[in-house]
Amino acid sequence: MSEHAEHAEHEINYVKVWAILLGLLVVSILGPFLGIKAVTLITAFGIAIVKAYLVAKNFMHLNIEPRYAVYLLVTMLVFMFLLFAGSAPDIMKHEGRNWVKPIVHAEAQAPAHH
Amino acid sequence: MRPIATTRMAAGIPTGRLAVWWVVASEIVIFGGLLVSYIMHRLARPEWGDHAANTNVWIGGFNTFVLLTSSLSAVLAHKAAVSGNGPKAAKLLYATFVGACTFVIVKAFEWSMEISHGYTISSNTFWSFYYTAAGLHALHVIAGAVIMLIVAQTAKRNLELHRVELIGIYWHFVDIVWIFLFPLLYIAK
Repeated sequence: MSEHAEHAEHEINYVKVWAILLGLLVVSILGPFLGIKAVTLITAFGIAIVKAYLVAKNFMHLNIEPRYAVYLLVTMLVFMFLLFAGSAPDIMKHEGRNWVKPIVHAEAQAPAHH
Repeated sequence: MRPIATTRMAAGIPTGRLAVWWVVASEIVIFGGLLVSYIMHRLARPEWGDHAANTNVWIGGFNTFVLLTSSLSAVLAHKAAVSGNGPKAAKLLYATFVGACTFVIVKAFEWSMEISHGYTISSNTFWSFYYTAAGLHALHVIAGAVIMLIVAQTAKRNLELHRVELIGIYWHFVDIVWIFLFPLLYIAK
């Protein structure tokens, strides 16, 4: 087993990290019940980012891998944002000066239950 | 003879583990593309909130608990493997396997319920995304569970213990994907 893994074993209390993750899960479920949009966004998606960070750092030991492994993964995330930036204007706009998306209007008027 | 991936280290990371990082990197593009597409459509169509209101947050929350707990057993298996205790690592991998099976069974129950209520993959674009994203993730859970069993078989004989870490990295990634799917599909209503 690698030296890097042995180093990680000495420093991390995995049960404690798991308990924190469960605590965050409870907050992310209960937060949206307040019905405040900003709280929902923070508790649901902000906490998801924190949970993902905790898992990547403590369980995957990404923090003690050579830095290029992190760069590799971050590059893929950048591709994700490029996809968003490239296609969002088309997908998120429903109508323009000389065009509309009929399917969007049809779905908006359809009942939630089919 | 041991496979070269276990012994060779040309880039500062053992080749086997580097290969898993590449797998994870490619999976980020697959799931990332799917999730980003979902987010774009979700932001553009407020009525999707009404569709999302039909998903069960408690079932999704329970499955999140199951995956987080299975990640704990996976990393504890890694810890056991580091200390050279293959049988203990195998037992913890079996526990992770049970977590994976629980996740899939709960998911099957949940989907049966939703389909019986008339929410199918062709109901509308929201449900198409829902079944595609959750289904692709469930396939990864099943694949991870099968690999986990194979790794546990050798680990219990104290063989190829490095594989415990490799399947662990994959499993934690599957956990992270669910960490993002859960708020997107269950909480954002």
